[in-house]
Amino acid sequence: MAQHAAHKNRTLIAAIGDEDTVTGLLLAGIGDVNAQQQANFLVVEAKTTQEQIEDTFLAFTKRPDVAIVLINQHIAESIRGILDEYDAAFPTVLEIPSKDHPYDPEKDSVLKRVQLLFGD
Amino acid sequence: VAYITGDIGYQVRENAKRATFKVAAKQENVSGVLLPAFEAEVRAGAGQFELTGLGRGGQQVQRARTAYVAAVAMLVELASLQTAFVILDEIIKVTNRRVNAIEYVIIPRIENTIAHINSELDEQDREEFYRLKKIQSKKKERAARAQKEIDESARRAIADGNLHQAVGGDTPAARDLLAEQADEDVIF
Repeated sequence: MAQHAAHKNRTLIAAIGDEDTVTGLLLAGIGDVNAQQQANFLVVEAKTTQEQIEDTFLAFTKRPDVAIVLINQHIAESIRGILDEYDAAFPTVLEIPSKDHPYDPEKDSVLKRVQLLFGD
Repeated sequence: VAYITGDIGYQVRENAKRATFKVAAKQENVSGVLLPAFEAEVRAGAGQFELTGLGRGGQQVQRARTAYVAAVAMLVELASLQTAFVILDEIIKVTNRRVNAIEYVIIPRIENTIAHINSELDEQDREEFYRLKKIQSKKKERAARAQKEIDESARRAIADGNLHQAVGGDTPAARDLLAEQADEDVIF
């Protein structure tokens, strides 16, 4: 797997979430802006379009230095189609709850795959 | 909702320049599968947010920061497990396909070849057996005929009154018991 050679360089944790989630994560220190002025985080507000979220998600997953992508579950819901299609090992996509939306394991793409595996 | 400390969110976002919380990847070999695992790495430069909110409710901000650091550490562990799962899932599928291919394609083919080879060997065995039996019977026939001729010529000689010839002094076929019997092959 060619990915394994490259994954040693994956060190960043990217984040797509609402304002509070992203602020908190940035406080923890995951925020990074590289030389091309690309940030590894996106704050999703009311005026953020679906397309922007999709594009950012795809951009994060294509970056070679991103190891984990954290995404609020209610935002993950809006791009559920792309998430369900995503099955690469790197970067790992984790769905996290937000202040207003508690975590629902029924909706998690990865857990759905777990069920598929245990179902057969 | 308005907070006394103002919108530190904006401040935090603008100040995020280089990541101080990173992950280091390492490989682990689990029953033949190379699984990656993430380890949280917190750099010493974590002081970038120490002054955030200073003088304006900073203690709560620091508490929030500690909580988030712990949360992210746990998330890193979860991410390791999730990656391991995704990779194992893929490998299980591939292995299942291989098992099915071997079980339903390769093994029947080889079994057919074995059966074919066995039947060929049996047939050759039968042919060989038949051949040997044939040779045996032919030899017996020949020996019986030769014996008949010798008896015939001996009888003629006796009828002619030539006893010496009857006993086989001149006959090319030697009436030597040992020489006759030495020829037979041992056939099962």
